[in-house]
Amino acid sequence: MAMPHFEHHQPTSLEEALDILTRHGAEAKLMGGGTDLVMKMRAGALEPRHVVSLGRVAGLNRISYRDDDGLVIGGSTRISEVAAHPEVRRHYPALAHACSVMATPQIRNMGTVAGNLANAAPSADTAAPLLAYRASVVLVERGGRRQVKLTDFFKGPGLTDLEPGEILEAIRVPAPPNRCGSAYQRLSERSQVDIAAVGVAGFVALDLAGAIIGARLALSAVAPTPVRCPEAEALLEGQLPTPELLRRASVACVRASRPIDDLRASANYRRSMVQVLSLRVLEQCLALAKGESTPRV
Amino acid sequence: MAKQNIDLSVNGFTYRVAVEPWRSLAEVLREELGLTGTKVGCNQGDCGACTVLIDGRAVSSCLTLAVEAHQRQITTIEGLATSPDHLHPLQRAFIDHGAVQCGFCTAGMILSAKALLDQNPEPSEEEIRQGIAGNLCRCTGYVKIVEAISAAAQTLRGAREER
Repeated sequence: MAMPHFEHHQPTSLEEALDILTRHGAEAKLMGGGTDLVMKMRAGALEPRHVVSLGRVAGLNRISYRDDDGLVIGGSTRISEVAAHPEVRRHYPALAHACSVMATPQIRNMGTVAGNLANAAPSADTAAPLLAYRASVVLVERGGRRQVKLTDFFKGPGLTDLEPGEILEAIRVPAPPNRCGSAYQRLSERSQVDIAAVGVAGFVALDLAGAIIGARLALSAVAPTPVRCPEAEALLEGQLPTPELLRRASVACVRASRPIDDLRASANYRRSMVQVLSLRVLEQCLALAKGESTPRV
Repeated sequence: MAKQNIDLSVNGFTYRVAVEPWRSLAEVLREELGLTGTKVGCNQGDCGACTVLIDGRAVSSCLTLAVEAHQRQITTIEGLATSPDHLHPLQRAFIDHGAVQCGFCTAGMILSAKALLDQNPEPSEEEIRQGIAGNLCRCTGYVKIVEAISAAAQTLRGAREER
C-alpha cells in the first residue's frame, strides 16, 4: 500500500503547532514518534492531508520529578528516555518496567509515552501503570489548558477525550507516598515485539501497622480500554494483607475485565491470566512496600 | 505537494536532498543516496533490517519519515568501516564468528549492536539478546550473532584500554 500524500509540518513552538493544527482541523494528524501513524498511513487506515510533527517543539521533551509535585513527562518524551530515567526507575518502577519491555529497542527510541496513550490501544503498555499511579494528562488548545484524569481519558479502542485542535502536552503523575510498592507484568507469546495479550499494573501503600491504606490495580489488553479495578481496590483498602485477601482481590480483578478472543489469546485464557498476574503483581507490590525487595526494572 | 529540501548528515557527510514528505528515511538512503546497505524487510517496524542510528540511537528507518531526520546525525552500515581494509570490530567479529548467513539482517543487527555497546561496553549475554530483540534473523538461530557481539565488545574494551 502506498503512503498517502501529505504536507509535513515541524513546528518549533507549542503556539506554532496549535496554529497549524487549528488551521487544518480534521485534515491534520499529530505525530509523535510516528511508529503508529506511519504504520496506519501505510496500511491505508489514515489519510491525513497534514502531518504535524511534535519532535521539534521546544519544551515538549522533558522529564522532571519533585518530591512535592511528582513526575511530569512531556508530550514528545520517548519511551526509552522514560525507561532510563533514574527517578522514574526509583519512584515509578511499574512504568519504568513497562517502558523497558514493550515493543523493540528501535520502537522505544522512536515512540513517545504521550503517543502510546493518545493512540489508545486497549493493550497500551504504559496505560496500566499510569492508571495505577493515578496519572492525569494535560491537554492544551489555543484557548487554554485542561487536565483530565487518565481514567476519564480513554473512551474506547483508539478513542480518547482528546479534541481536534488539542495536543497532549504532558503527563502528570503524583509523587508516591512512603511505604509503597508498584509493579507491572505483561504476558505475550513472544517475549518482545508482540503486543501484550494481558497486562496488569498495581500500586500498594501501607501504614505503619502494615495495613493497606491505598491500593490500585489496572489492566490492559482485556477490555475495550485500559481499566482500573475498583472492586479489588475496595477489598484491599484498610485491610491487613493476607494470602486469602490477595486471592480474593485477584479474583475481583477478573470481574473488571471484559476480554475478547483474538489471535493473541482466548478470552478464557485472558481471564485466567488476569487472576494469576494480579496476584503476582500484588505480591511484588507488597514486598516492595515492606522493603523486602528492591524494584526490578 | 511540493518536495522539501532537507539536509541529511549521513556518516559524517551532509547531503542536501529534495524529498516528498511521505518518503521513509530507508527509501531515501537507498534510492536517493545510493546507500543500499540499509535493508527493508517488513516495512512495518517489526524486523529491524532497516535499523540505522539517529543521534546515536537505533531506530527503524522504514517508520522514520526522511524529513524527520533533517539535520540529525545518521549512521548507516556504510559508516562503520574506516576503509575496506579496516572493518569495524563488530563487522570483523560477525565474519570471524560465522554470524552472517544470507546477510539480510546483518546491517541492522550490527547497528543495534553498536548502539548497545556505545551505551553498555560490557553487556551480559542477556543484555546482548535484549539489545538485538528488535532484529529478526531467519538463518543463524542468533547464537553466532550473540557470540560475535560479545567478542566485539571485548575487542573494543581492549582498544579503549590501550589508548
